[in-house]
Amino acid sequence: MTATLAADRAVGARRVSVTRGYRFELVKLVSQWRIRLLVLACWIAPALFVAAVSQQSSLPVDTLFGRWMHATGWAGPLVTLGFAGTWALPLLTSVVVGDVFASEDRLGTWRHLLVAVRSPRRIFAAKALSSLTVILLLVVGLACSSAAGGLVAVGNHPLVGLDGHLLTPGDAAGKVLLAWVCVLAPTLALAAVGLLGSVALGRSPMGLLLPALVALAMQLAQMLPLPMAVRVALPGYAFIAWNGLFTSPAQLGPLLIGVVVSLVWAVTATALAYLLFLRRDFTNLTVDGSGRRVVTVGALPLAGVLAATVGVVAVATPTTGSGIEQDKVQRSVATAFAHLYRMQTTQLHRPDVTEAQLKATATCNKGGGKLAAEGPGNDWRCVVSWHLPDVEAAGSAIYQLDVTPDGRFVADGDGPKEVNGYFLVRTQTGDAPNPLWQFDGNVELLHTTKG
Amino acid sequence: MDAPLAIRARGITKCFGDVVALDDVDLDVAQGQIHGLVGPNGAGKTTLLGLLLGLAVADSGRLEILRTPITRALAAPDGVAGFVDGPGLYPSLTARQNLAALVALRDQDARTAGINDVLDQVGLTDVADDRASGFSLGMRQRLGLAAALLTKPRLLVLDEPSNGLDPAGKRHVHAVLTRLAADGTSVVFSSHRMDDLEALCSEVTILAAGRVVFTGPLTKLAAENRELYYRLRTSDPQAARRLAADTAGIHIDDDARARDAEVLVIRALVPALDDLVMRLVHAGIAVRELAAVVSPLEAAFLALTEQQEALR
Repeated sequence: MTATLAADRAVGARRVSVTRGYRFELVKLVSQWRIRLLVLACWIAPALFVAAVSQQSSLPVDTLFGRWMHATGWAGPLVTLGFAGTWALPLLTSVVVGDVFASEDRLGTWRHLLVAVRSPRRIFAAKALSSLTVILLLVVGLACSSAAGGLVAVGNHPLVGLDGHLLTPGDAAGKVLLAWVCVLAPTLALAAVGLLGSVALGRSPMGLLLPALVALAMQLAQMLPLPMAVRVALPGYAFIAWNGLFTSPAQLGPLLIGVVVSLVWAVTATALAYLLFLRRDFTNLTVDGSGRRVVTVGALPLAGVLAATVGVVAVATPTTGSGIEQDKVQRSVATAFAHLYRMQTTQLHRPDVTEAQLKATATCNKGGGKLAAEGPGNDWRCVVSWHLPDVEAAGSAIYQLDVTPDGRFVADGDGPKEVNGYFLVRTQTGDAPNPLWQFDGNVELLHTTKG
Repeated sequence: MDAPLAIRARGITKCFGDVVALDDVDLDVAQGQIHGLVGPNGAGKTTLLGLLLGLAVADSGRLEILRTPITRALAAPDGVAGFVDGPGLYPSLTARQNLAALVALRDQDARTAGINDVLDQVGLTDVADDRASGFSLGMRQRLGLAAALLTKPRLLVLDEPSNGLDPAGKRHVHAVLTRLAADGTSVVFSSHRMDDLEALCSEVTILAAGRVVFTGPLTKLAAENRELYYRLRTSDPQAARRLAADTAGIHIDDDARARDAEVLVIRALVPALDDLVMRLVHAGIAVRELAAVVSPLEAAFLALTEQQEALR
């Protein structure tokens, strides 16, 4: 008997590896109908949406690059990206990550999981990695599907950038890909907030909603006339800052800051969620880990991160106020006008001119000159002047600008009719959209690029 | 020679804040023994089972499981399986997928892990490919047991495994537990169902208010017990009543007469009961029914736990 016992002597507890835990969590996630539906929706719906919108006569001109959806298939994924950053990605992270810990509370499976895996650390890692995998799958689906829809419906054509310059299809593809990669950073930040909410709020539905609520708060903040340093230091800024990739030279400063801030939030929120999870007492089923103290422990450090990033951005960047200043608006409008004028010249088969020959300048004021020429608003007015080779008189055109707090503007042509007063131009092959009638532009909020 | 111990607990105390869940608990469970844990709600049964599964560690005392000292949480040795507070299943997975996911978690091959075999043992083969979300409580309990069986346990710890079981399900579970014990696996389970405990357990531990008020064989429990109530039906109820009244150690429950005049309910120790039966036979009165109103285990449980509650 003793010999049998010695042979039988139990070995110490063997923990399950993170890899196997990750597969286990992935199986659980993918088995849920809502996750399957989301995956299907993200891989199919954007293609259908982009293809359908591209065939319509009226385009979503309020959305960035929406006015170019007839011109190139690469506008579709950017329109989708703009929509995704506002609604889809926060909601996707809510549904996937906001429930990843809370679902075990709801199902009463924590003890079962702990007995099976025997390591809260590995459970946390497996859950975080598996939910991240699903989110990546969804984001890749959105990007690939919208690009495929656009390319199939419209084709692989050059894309007009936010300063009017033309990107070759290859450049457009690269920048579209880069833009989607950049929004992974704020998506990770929201996912980390979702992890934190799911750990800290337990069975409460607030845990599920937290990423969406945080994203909504960030969007509201972006709509308010906040100082530029605060705006850029918010973790959701990278959802907007990818716009800077589509100017020449690219406005990389705000984008890099936005990405770094998002990653700092992602790391901090994940670390907080991890610490809270390890402190939880799983032997007491009546307690799901939530509580005022837990929420405070989770929220206060994030408030500290926000304050610190605002401080760092404020010190590191010379821009104060809204960042929307007269000279930057004038420069953006003139640059975009010059690029688009060349495009119009090509459409009309006129002799080619270069941007350097045009020497376009813009003179802008706000509120009819009665207000200080700075800050967002729809009361900006610009007069653009340019020169044609061998023509002594300068041409001029008027634009009404609607500048939003994030630096984006829509310039609406106000005449003369031959240049920008009508939405069509008559070409040898028929009427075509007039690129100078209305165009989108972007004012760089930070002084980080020259040109 | 006594069987070696699968569980040896000495002086186990566990508190949650100010609440003493377990107070100086001793427990011995031999290899191959089916051991029942019984006690009123809040007696500490689930806490004790949680300690055995390694979900928590005792605040004080010594606990050895399969001869391995347990000094920290989640350190129960391999060979310990089971569940507390429900079987912990994922409703979006089928029964088979639940088991396959667990098998994959342990890096076993799903084809050779015996999934079909354990499903068959607990009687769930017919619903193996149905989602667990549609399962009744009894089916979930059986699937939880199947999940535990996959590990080929040497100590099985189950919290209320009979909850929600229909007679067929109960038969499956009893058969599985009996077979496991015969093969040398120790089983510790809690239950409020005295019939389960009496049918399966060779020993029981009764907990009340976190303390052990009895531990040992069921026979010892019955012997230590006080008077029990019995139903007595005879060919002559009036004469039987007179004889019972004259027999030392027999107490007649007059309240029962109002409910059924043909039945005599008496309270007695076993020797007095034997004496009464002999006197009835001598008097030519046929005994048609003699049965305990409540089982000895239930009576003992009620007596011991009420006594403990009164002391608090």
